[in-house]
Amino acid sequence: MFGEPIVRVEDPRLLTGQGRYLDDLGRGALAAAFVRSPYAHARITGIDVDGALDVDGLVAVYTWEDLPGRVGEPLPLLIPHPALTHGRTAYPLARDVVRHVGEPVVMVVARDRYLAEDAAGRIQVTYQPLPVVVGIEKSASAEYLVHDDVPGNVGAFLVQEVGDAPAAIDAAPHVLEFRLDIERSASMPLEGRGVYARWDADDESLRVYSSTQTSTSVRMAIAAKLGLPPAKVEVIAPDVGGGFGVKIVHPWPEEVLVPWAARLLNQEVKWAEDRREHFVSSAHERGQVQFVRVGFDDEGRVLGLDVKILHDHGAYTPYGIIIPIITSTQLLGPYKLGAYRAEVTSLYTNTLIVTPYRGAGRPQGVFCMERTMDRIAAHLHLDRIDVRAANLIQPDEFPYDQGLIFQDGRPLIYDSGDYPALLRKARDLIGWDSFGSLRAVATAEGRRIGIGFACYVEGTGVGPYEGGHVEVDSSGRVHVSTGLTSQGQGHQTVFAQIAAAELGVPISDVQVTTGDTRRFGYAVGTFASRAAVMSGNAIALACRRLKEKALRIAAEALEADPRDLEIADGQVYVRGNPSASIPLRTVAVLSNPLRYAFDEEAQRATQFATGSSPDEPPIAPGEEPGLEGKDYYSPVRSTFAAGAHAAIVETDPDTAEIRILRYAVVHDCGRLINPRIVEGQIHGGVAQGIAGALYEKMEYDSDGQLLNASFMDFLMPYATEIPRIEIDHLETPSPLNPLGIKGAGEAGVIPVSAVIASAIEDAEGFEISAMPISPDDLFRLRRH
Amino acid sequence: MNERVYEIGLTVNGVPRSATAPARRLLSDFLRHDLGLTGTHVGCEHGVCGCCTVLLDGDPVRSCLTFAITVEGREVTTVEGLADPDGTLSPVQQAFQDSHGLQCGFCTPGFLCTVTALLRDNPAPTEAEVLEGISGNLCRCTGYQNIIKAVLSLSRGVSRTAQENGAGNATTQRGSGDHVR
Ligand code: FES
Ligand code: FES
Repeated sequence: MFGEPIVRVEDPRLLTGQGRYLDDLGRGALAAAFVRSPYAHARITGIDVDGALDVDGLVAVYTWEDLPGRVGEPLPLLIPHPALTHGRTAYPLARDVVRHVGEPVVMVVARDRYLAEDAAGRIQVTYQPLPVVVGIEKSASAEYLVHDDVPGNVGAFLVQEVGDAPAAIDAAPHVLEFRLDIERSASMPLEGRGVYARWDADDESLRVYSSTQTSTSVRMAIAAKLGLPPAKVEVIAPDVGGGFGVKIVHPWPEEVLVPWAARLLNQEVKWAEDRREHFVSSAHERGQVQFVRVGFDDEGRVLGLDVKILHDHGAYTPYGIIIPIITSTQLLGPYKLGAYRAEVTSLYTNTLIVTPYRGAGRPQGVFCMERTMDRIAAHLHLDRIDVRAANLIQPDEFPYDQGLIFQDGRPLIYDSGDYPALLRKARDLIGWDSFGSLRAVATAEGRRIGIGFACYVEGTGVGPYEGGHVEVDSSGRVHVSTGLTSQGQGHQTVFAQIAAAELGVPISDVQVTTGDTRRFGYAVGTFASRAAVMSGNAIALACRRLKEKALRIAAEALEADPRDLEIADGQVYVRGNPSASIPLRTVAVLSNPLRYAFDEEAQRATQFATGSSPDEPPIAPGEEPGLEGKDYYSPVRSTFAAGAHAAIVETDPDTAEIRILRYAVVHDCGRLINPRIVEGQIHGGVAQGIAGALYEKMEYDSDGQLLNASFMDFLMPYATEIPRIEIDHLETPSPLNPLGIKGAGEAGVIPVSAVIASAIEDAEGFEISAMPISPDDLFRLRRH
Repeated sequence: MNERVYEIGLTVNGVPRSATAPARRLLSDFLRHDLGLTGTHVGCEHGVCGCCTVLLDGDPVRSCLTFAITVEGREVTTVEGLADPDGTLSPVQQAFQDSHGLQCGFCTPGFLCTVTALLRDNPAPTEAEVLEGISGNLCRCTGYQNIIKAVLSLSRGVSRTAQENGAGNATTQRGSGDHVR
């Protein structure tokens, strides 16, 4: 069961149109729409709503002035950090100043979305434009400020250091210096964000559905903002049509405003984001400029690496500086360097906020490190993989302490891995050593091909914790719940696999619920490739508790020693004597001493049927009724997955068109719960990586207008753009958790830009320093 | 300002349905919100993602680019109408499950409608024809690998071994152009 590539249990529902995504709910709800700023930086000088008032079906119009108390306060800064000295967050509706195109200014509620948009279109907001800051270097120049009270546009200044890198570089036999650029992209799930709220006036309670990656934390945020006891707020993440990071941010303005309006109006209110809104009012990621200085010896061993990173975090910092923290730590990859220094300057611009998108700063870090490895190899005329091999941490060096502090506030200590084996496997899979002859054939045909390579290490399964609850009911069904949410990862399947394996029950008896605060109130969320590691282990631990209890109760009923019992196929039996057995469902009945029999099975647990000792309480001290188990998994630190990717590309000598001929992945995420699902995660990640390497970027003009804010102009790849992805696995179990697993969700995307740049560089014979790269970009590079 | 509404009747998944809606109501919204058939999804509302694809008189159309009133009296099949009445998944639905051709499932109804029509018109598509056939549908989760595999598993023209090698076996090339080997 555990480890098998079984088909997903969630599929039949989703394949027949029975999924329940946010906008599928609340058919009778009022609809919200937002008037959003058309300016990147402006002062609001007036809001005239008169034109909207005669729109049929209009229910309410709200501006910042209407928001009471905490509802009108700035949104929370979710992850404070000492280096983030000038964190700023937005108001849920703009107050006085707007700082990016798409910032919400007015909220409209009407009978349906068409009418709400009619009304929104008739509201006149007047603005006094202010100077606009777009682009990392423009921000760094500080000619104009995004926030008047943030000098130099610098939100955070962060240094990560181990050893004395500048001195090591100065003393090194070889030194290189160069600049790298990565553009913005975005998570871009096919379902946008959305919120739907129901206020129950009789019960004074609120139920909120949100297309979120963290329902428990949205609940806390809403309770705090609306001044409600958390017990009166339920938040449910229904089926979510993809997240990839953007839906971990919370509370979004709409997550505060929609529930607030629902309560105020005492009517159901819903808002579902449209695609243009998603482009200009959700979040982007990736944009960085890196200045690299590296010193190395004759074998290519890095003696010192010094990187100055300019990070564009957009107009506000609700998610803190997690991305550059990850960039500056995960940059080290599978390598041990002599000395390292990274200096991050995190800057405000008049653009959409920047928060984690699958990979979360790692693609930039890996781009930096892997470009560096290629430059070193080129400088020394050495094989690119050999240079990497010379720098690798060896299998006998684990746990390996990189000497830095990771995003979870814990030391960056790699738990396990076999990096030389990864390199070897990837080298073989792509046919690195025979590429020369392939190239010779291509060259003879007038074709240009190149091969590229990159490695990464990914810290996964970050804390602080997740929990699991498991209950066997009197019909033998096993109900598993965990607080974190699902966005397509197949949690209902993999968590059921874990529970079925732990408990010895058929998987068809297991039902999994995620992201519903009614079922499990304590959770952190789904991000950082943590769901399988965190909730998977929590569920396993909860199952072990349940199993212990089941064996104890069954032992009494079977008059056996619990140590002699096993569970298989939902039956508890005495090892070696299968005829002495009792079904788990009966154990569930017996676990709950009853007064009232509600069905035949339950009669067995009533007071005149059990035959329990008259001198003992029916529930022993320290025991609880019911066959349940609950536990939490809280790791000391992250577990580190790793991988190596390689690709062969062809560039057209005339048109500069770039095609990926082969793409190979070797991936190590510890023990696999379901190989089919892990491969699916890799496929999706690699596709997003290719998108970011060749197609996607956010085209802001100097006025801060996003010029490609639609699927017409933002080139999200279709099937025709994604090559076949070849995958091989390595399984180095994690010693940190009971199941030995590591996260897999983000891995696919991380090294792709580095690999493609490496391959194009190899094909073209000149340096590639900026990604993404379009045929147009390549054409221009050729002419330089 | 009261908007004029019309009684719009059409056959959906073999059942005559009707509701009143204004002339500007998109077919996607009409199906989802007026008729309550929420299996059809909306990913962009500007005709690019293909999530909203339904079959109109058997042919795939973007329901977000179609006004409901313009299909008065016609026949629409949505994802809810693909399985047998007894709940048995259609071959296309089954192949998507068997090949792990979906993750979040948001794009899936559009793919299923598109592929159903594709295989009806061409029961033995080559890999190139499959790619062409699904190249109007976006998926952000799967990298398309297992969607292609699912469709090819149904193609009468593709041999078992080619399927087992996975979609896009070494002799076929995505995108346009040449292959390495
Ligand atoms: S919603 Fe119709 S094509 Fe995207
Ligand atoms: S499965 Fe999520 S968009 Fe295709």
